[in-house]
Amino acid sequence: MNRLRWRKGVDRFWTVVSGVAVLAAVIPLASLLWLVISHGAPGLTAGFFTSLPTPVGEPGGGVGNAIVGTFFMVGIASLFALPVGIGAGIFLAEKGDGKLGSIVRFTAEVLSGVPSIVIGIVAYGLVVSHMKRFSALAGGVALALLMVPSLARSTEEFIRLVPSALREASLALGVPAWKTSLRVILRTAVGGIVTAVLLAVARAAGETAPLLFTALNNQYWNTDPFQPTASLTVQIYNYAISPYDDWHQKAWTAALVLLLLVGLLNLVARFLSRNRLQGAPR
Amino acid sequence: MPPPSDISAPAAHSTPARAGNPGDRAWGWGITIFGGSLLVVAGLILYELGRVAAPSWGQLGYFKFLFSSAWDPVQEKFGALPFIYGTLVTSGVALLIALPVSVGLALFLSEMGPRALRAPVAYSIEVLAAIPSVIYGLWGLFVMVPWLRSSVEPFLQKTLGFLPIFQGPPIGLGYLAAGVILALMILPTIASVTIEVLKTVPPSLKEGALALGATRWESIRISVLPYARPGIIGASLLGLGRALGETMAVTMVIGNSPEIHASLFAPGYSLPAVIANEFAEATGDVHVGALAALGLVLFGITLILNAIARILVEAVARGPKGSRA
Repeated sequence: MNRLRWRKGVDRFWTVVSGVAVLAAVIPLASLLWLVISHGAPGLTAGFFTSLPTPVGEPGGGVGNAIVGTFFMVGIASLFALPVGIGAGIFLAEKGDGKLGSIVRFTAEVLSGVPSIVIGIVAYGLVVSHMKRFSALAGGVALALLMVPSLARSTEEFIRLVPSALREASLALGVPAWKTSLRVILRTAVGGIVTAVLLAVARAAGETAPLLFTALNNQYWNTDPFQPTASLTVQIYNYAISPYDDWHQKAWTAALVLLLLVGLLNLVARFLSRNRLQGAPR
Repeated sequence: MPPPSDISAPAAHSTPARAGNPGDRAWGWGITIFGGSLLVVAGLILYELGRVAAPSWGQLGYFKFLFSSAWDPVQEKFGALPFIYGTLVTSGVALLIALPVSVGLALFLSEMGPRALRAPVAYSIEVLAAIPSVIYGLWGLFVMVPWLRSSVEPFLQKTLGFLPIFQGPPIGLGYLAAGVILALMILPTIASVTIEVLKTVPPSLKEGALALGATRWESIRISVLPYARPGIIGASLLGLGRALGETMAVTMVIGNSPEIHASLFAPGYSLPAVIANEFAEATGDVHVGALAALGLVLFGITLILNAIARILVEAVARGPKGSRA
C-alpha cells in the first residue's frame, strides 16, 4: 500500500516536472512578446513607416526604406525560389518514390539545415564577387537559396495530402496523367501550396545574417536591384548594437513592425491551410 | 490456339500508347528537371563556398588554420580554434538546457498535460519557432543579459563557484548568454520532432504497461522512452545543427572576442558570429577566403549532423527490427 503511494507520488512528480518545462519555454516567450510590444508601441507612428532613418538625436525618422527594401528583396527571392521550390515539390510528390526522388528529398532536407550565414557566403560568391558591389539582387539570391529546400518539402507534403481516390477517379475517366496532376491534384492542393509559400516568405522576411554582406544597408530609398539595399532586419541589428538609447528605442519599434509582419503572414497561412485542405475540389 | 484472352489485348495495346502520350512525357520530364535542379543548387552551394574560400588555401595550411588560435586579419594570421571552440561550447550549453526542457514539453503535449492546456502550449511553441532570430538577439541583449549579469551569474558563482566554468567576473555577455538564448531558439525544433517521434510509438506498448499496473510515468519510462530514444537523439542533433549555425542572436550576446576561456561567463566568439561581423569589411582576398573557410567548416559540421539526425528519426518511424510482426 505504501509502495503504491510512493509510485503514485513519483508519477505526480514527473507530471509536475513536465509542467515546469512548459513554464521554462512559455515565460521567456511571454517576456519577449510583452517587451517588444511595450517598448515598441510608443514609437509606432505613421512617420515610422514612411520616413528615412535620421541621425542620432534628431527626432522623428523611421524605417520606411528598410520596409520597402525587405519587400523588394523578398520579391526578388520569390521570383527565383517559387518556380524551383514548387516545381521540385511537385516532382517529389508525383515521382518522388524512385531513387532520384529519395536523393532529391534527402538533399532538400539536408540543405534546409544549412546555416543561413553560409548561404550568405554563397550568394556573395555568386553575385557580389562578380559585380564588385553589394546589391539587392545578391540579398534576393541569398533569400531564394534559403527558401527553395523548405518550400520543396512543404509543397510535397501538402500535395501528398490530396486523397489518391481523386487521382484514381480522374485516371479512370480517361484523363491523361499530366492533366490529372495539373488540373485535379494541383488544383486541390493550391491552398496548401499558398500556405507553404507564405511560410517561406515569412521566414525569408525575418532573415538577417545572409543580408549583412550581400545587400548590406542603405540610408536612402532604393528600388534598383544593383544597389545596396536596407532591410528591416539589418536595420534592427544596427540599431540594437549601437550605443544610443534613441536608436535602441527604434530597434524595439522596428522589431514590433517585423513581428507584426511575420505574425500576419503566419496567421494568413494557418487560416488558408485550415480552410482549403479539407479535400474535394470545387 | 488463340492468345490466352482477347480481353487482355486492348489493355496491352493501350498501356504503351498512354506511356507515349506526349503530354505525359513532357510533364514527367518537366517536373524531373525541377527536381534535379535542387541537386544543381546543392552543387552550386558547395562549389561557390569552395571558390570563395580558395584564396586562403595556399596561404594557410589546413592544420594550422584549424588548430591555431591566433586571429589577426591585419597581420593575415587566421586561426579558427577560438571560433570552433565558442561554437561548440555555446551549442553544448544550449543542448544541455534545451534537451530536458524539450522532452518535458513533448511529454506534456503528448502524454501528461491536461488536455485543455495542450492546444495553447502547442501554439506557443509554434510562435517561438516563428520569431526572427534578430528579435531574439534584441531581447537577449537588453533583457536576458542584464538579468544574467545581476542575478544568475552571481548566484552560480556563489553556489557552484568552485567549478572553473563558473569563475571570473559576471559580465553578462559571453558563452553562457549565447547558450541560454540558443536553448530557447532550438527548443521548438527539438520539441516538435520529439512529439512526432512519440506519435510513432505503438499505443499497444503503452497500453500493455498500463494493463500490467504501471502508473502513467512508469509506462512512459518503461515503454515509450526506450522506443523513442533514437528519435529523440535525432531530434537533439537537429536542434544542435540549428544551434551551431545560428548567427544573429549569438553575435549580439556572445561578446565577440576571439579568445578561448574556460569560464562560461567570459566573452567569446563563434563561427557564424565572426563571419557576420567581419565579412562585409574584410581586408582582402585572404581574409574573405579565411572567413569563407570558416563557413565551410560550419557547413561540413552541420551537414554531417543533419544527415545523421534524419537517418535516426526515420529509423524510429520505421520501428525497430521485428516490431512489425
